[in-house]
Amino acid sequence: MTTKLFGQAVQRVEDDRLLRGQGQYTDDLMPGALHAAVLRSPHAHARILAIDVDAVLDVEGVVAVYTHEDLVGAMAEPLPLLIPHPTLTHGRTQYALARDEINYVGEAIAMVVAVDRYVAEDAVDRIRVDYDVLPPVVGIENARDGDLLVHDDVPGNRAARMEQQVGDAEAAIAAAPHRLSLDLQVERSACMPMEGRATLARWDTDSRRMQVWTSTQTSTGVRAAVASKLGLDLGQVDVITPDVGGGFGVKIVHPWPEELLVPMAARALGRPVKFIEDRREHFISSAHERGQLQHVDVGFDDDGRLLGLSVQFWHDNGAYTPYGLIVPIITSTQLLGPYKPDNYKVVFDSLYTNTVIVTPYRGAGRPQGVYAMERTMDAIAAYLGKDRTEVRAANFIQPDEFPYDHGLLFQDGRPLIYDSGDYPASLEKLKALVDWDDFERIRDEARAEGRKVGIGIACYVEGTGVGPYEGGHVHVETSGKVKVSTGLTSQGQGHQTAFAQIVADELGVPFEDVEVVTGDTRRSPYSVGTFASRAAVMSGSAIALAARKTREKVLRIAADALETTPEDLEIVNGVVQVKGAPGSRIELGTIAVLSNPLRYAFDEASKAATQFVVGDPSKPPVAEDDEPGLEGKDFYSPPRSTFANGMHAVVVETDPETAEITILRYAVVHDCGNLINPLIVEGQVHGGVAQGVGGALYERMAYNEHGQLENASFMDFLMPYVSEVPKRIEIDHLETPSPLNPLGLKGAGEAGVIPSAAVFASAIEDAEGFPITSMPISPSELFALRLHHEQKLQEGPHA
Amino acid sequence: MKPAPFSYSRPTTLDEALASLAADPDAKVLAGGQSLVPLLSMRLAAPSALVDINAVPDLDHVRTDEKGVRVGALARHAAVLADPEARRVQPLVSLALQRVAHPTIRNRGTTVGSLVHADASAEMPVVLVLLGGSITAASVAGTRTIEAADLYVGPLESTLRHDEIATEAFFPALPGDAGVAFDEIARRHGDYALCGVAAVVRADEAGSITSVRAGYLSVSDLPTVVDLSEAFAAGTLDDASLDAAADLALASLDPAADIHATADYRAHLARVLTKRVVRQAHDDCTARREGDA
Repeated sequence: MTTKLFGQAVQRVEDDRLLRGQGQYTDDLMPGALHAAVLRSPHAHARILAIDVDAVLDVEGVVAVYTHEDLVGAMAEPLPLLIPHPTLTHGRTQYALARDEINYVGEAIAMVVAVDRYVAEDAVDRIRVDYDVLPPVVGIENARDGDLLVHDDVPGNRAARMEQQVGDAEAAIAAAPHRLSLDLQVERSACMPMEGRATLARWDTDSRRMQVWTSTQTSTGVRAAVASKLGLDLGQVDVITPDVGGGFGVKIVHPWPEELLVPMAARALGRPVKFIEDRREHFISSAHERGQLQHVDVGFDDDGRLLGLSVQFWHDNGAYTPYGLIVPIITSTQLLGPYKPDNYKVVFDSLYTNTVIVTPYRGAGRPQGVYAMERTMDAIAAYLGKDRTEVRAANFIQPDEFPYDHGLLFQDGRPLIYDSGDYPASLEKLKALVDWDDFERIRDEARAEGRKVGIGIACYVEGTGVGPYEGGHVHVETSGKVKVSTGLTSQGQGHQTAFAQIVADELGVPFEDVEVVTGDTRRSPYSVGTFASRAAVMSGSAIALAARKTREKVLRIAADALETTPEDLEIVNGVVQVKGAPGSRIELGTIAVLSNPLRYAFDEASKAATQFVVGDPSKPPVAEDDEPGLEGKDFYSPPRSTFANGMHAVVVETDPETAEITILRYAVVHDCGNLINPLIVEGQVHGGVAQGVGGALYERMAYNEHGQLENASFMDFLMPYVSEVPKRIEIDHLETPSPLNPLGLKGAGEAGVIPSAAVFASAIEDAEGFPITSMPISPSELFALRLHHEQKLQEGPHA
Repeated sequence: MKPAPFSYSRPTTLDEALASLAADPDAKVLAGGQSLVPLLSMRLAAPSALVDINAVPDLDHVRTDEKGVRVGALARHAAVLADPEARRVQPLVSLALQRVAHPTIRNRGTTVGSLVHADASAEMPVVLVLLGGSITAASVAGTRTIEAADLYVGPLESTLRHDEIATEAFFPALPGDAGVAFDEIARRHGDYALCGVAAVVRADEAGSITSVRAGYLSVSDLPTVVDLSEAFAAGTLDDASLDAAADLALASLDPAADIHATADYRAHLARVLTKRVVRQAHDDCTARREGDA
């Protein structure tokens, strides 16, 4: 029997190539292509009075310049609103190039195409624009006040108000023995992949085909958008995703203006054109996330059990809403985590500001929701004087309550029903892992040395593996090699490795013989994309189903050839053999030969399938219900999302003098169902925790009152270095398989980042003894909070 | 993030380099490029020409004698840091260099380049001023010495003329009766400090403190040195004298707010670090005296 690979920590096949610098990213392709550079708005809010591009064409090496006036047909219309929602009553999207108003610093106004990026930027500097500068709306409070408007026709800056309710939260809170209210804040951060956005397009004038290589999380989405906007048939457009240097959500947004403008220019000029975003552009013209103000009212009993929970929050969606309400809907539903308040009401306003758009960033609204809920849990524990883990345990959904229906609608438009989990078991694992019950001793020891330490905990549930579908295609070549394709894209996750593990197991072939292609519409024209921790669940399942179909056909053909029945056969290491009689065998490659009845032999092996060698002359060479070739294709479409979960604990030290915050321990218990590859899952957790540390302690988008982003570089946007993330992340896994898919998978991609703001707030609060209500937190802010609370103590309770 | 057009020359003699600078008032010298290249790429600077001095011979020296450490214009931070004689003769130089950015930046960036970039948030300018060092400036007109005290006149502004190349920096040796220390607090490892302090403490043979001076980075427009001796007039160091020293220091500093820290927090750090670093420098002073004994 071949060793089972599913569940093994197989080394990633991607790494050797990527770590040697042999990756092929969009910018590495077609070095001779023309380069585009974009003129971006220097103002947060202005009307465009006139654009003068006359000086541009004088620059040697400039090939073309485009403004909105040059756009025709659908290109001149606003960009698509990708995910409409009935409550998104005032959805707005920008134009590929601004028409007459700009709404954030960085919005695209004009595009220059030149022989290289240097010349293109020189030319951009020569474009003159007359602006009528308008007062900008910056910050959620200002947006909510509605005195100034982002869009004249959107009163109160409110893109949407959405409400969901189960039971009667307000009555339950009013009747509860204890009540608390919290006001909370989370600031913006952003994905910041190493590779920014990048698009290359070539128009083949002979075959009238458009080929686009783009750094995206959805090749099929970009393909549909390019075809639709440029008036091409879908069949004329290929979108290919080469190596992608990270996505984290920002590249699921599509089409970005440049993803349309570059193909448009390539067709108009008859030459390949590429756009490679630089870091400053990424800060000011790609997407951000996370900014919310939250108000929580909660009623609970003496055990800390939630009786009623009412949450209102205000979500900053930036200047436009191309991605609909996905982020705040996720916040509003995933806020519940592993808990079951019987009565829950949530209302949110999604508000416009004159800032960069807000779309999913790894975690996608969950970090904010978990923050609201976990801050509430800590507040209840503090109020009742109980251990924080006890209050949480009192509210857990129990293992025998799955599937658990919250009675709410999730982001996929389907009921919020948890599929599996064992939260009490997870909590016990975490407490053991981080020595929770021993912490008071550690705190006392530290105190005796004049040190301050604190421990935090945060729990989350993550809806993963959302539909609608993904497909898998498995093709066995006559060499015995197996070629696999799935349509969703890879941006570094290790899909080639994980999917090859699945296929090697299902088909009984060597891992090394399996090659996986992702994100190429020529191979997989039907696909959705890589987001919502869905790749393993969706494509992993689809590929497994496709491999099983392939296996059926292999066994059928082999049974004919070996004059036995499929049930008596097994596939071991790429060879089909009769169980118990390994001498009776046939290689997979030979079965591939036999699967394709031939007239012409093209090599020695293929002679076996020619017309005078095989086949019953009384029957058609290909049976009525069969196809030539050894292929299996299938799609996986789940009834609803899977729900992974986890719990994090962190021990921090806060310097009594400088207020510096140091991480002493970081522990994770994680349940993503069955693990395909623990190495990859742990890598995902490590990366997520690193991003979470950034979001909790370092990163923010420092917009000033004029809507200028003051830290639009890696010098001032403090993404943590390796020296800022925990040296060691202690991980324990729990595997509660999902009943919803053939492999029992739940997603793992976003998990590490989701509870970060919550767990650090919890730990810092524990160290300091006063509430932490705004994240991220810097030493300077912690210092100010200390002064504030010392002052309050001195003034006494009645001051 | 692509520089505006500029012409580029790579002279192979100092005279040639100086002539190129003299010929073009808008030209800039390129040595390690760790500050200049990002400025070019962000188009915050657009000089007409770059005079790359990396091919000029005999500028990469780190020379040490009993007077002090002489660092050539092309000596990289990493080379100065790795020099055991430099560390022995003036330990404050290597203490501060350890806090200059990250290894990759120290491998390319030059110490002299950092000095003449005149950033009040950088480590080396304040060390040069605190130690009473100097730079040698060459131009087609000849060579002159600029004392550190006269070098810095404004944010990113020095008295080095556009047609001059700083060919060497001189850091005086640590006197036998002195001890030094350096510390800084940055948001991330290797970042520009929110506040940094360097100190030199001197004491007589009996251990009575004779002089305390501290240099400050990131809490003023200029690299700032404050004489704190008055707080230690009794010759001893204790909590009260350290508090007095911190008060004295803060009276001479003007911390500003930015997106990373409030002015109050910076002032607080200056206070904490003054006490911490002066104490360490005093410990160092004591250890050296007792080590000699």
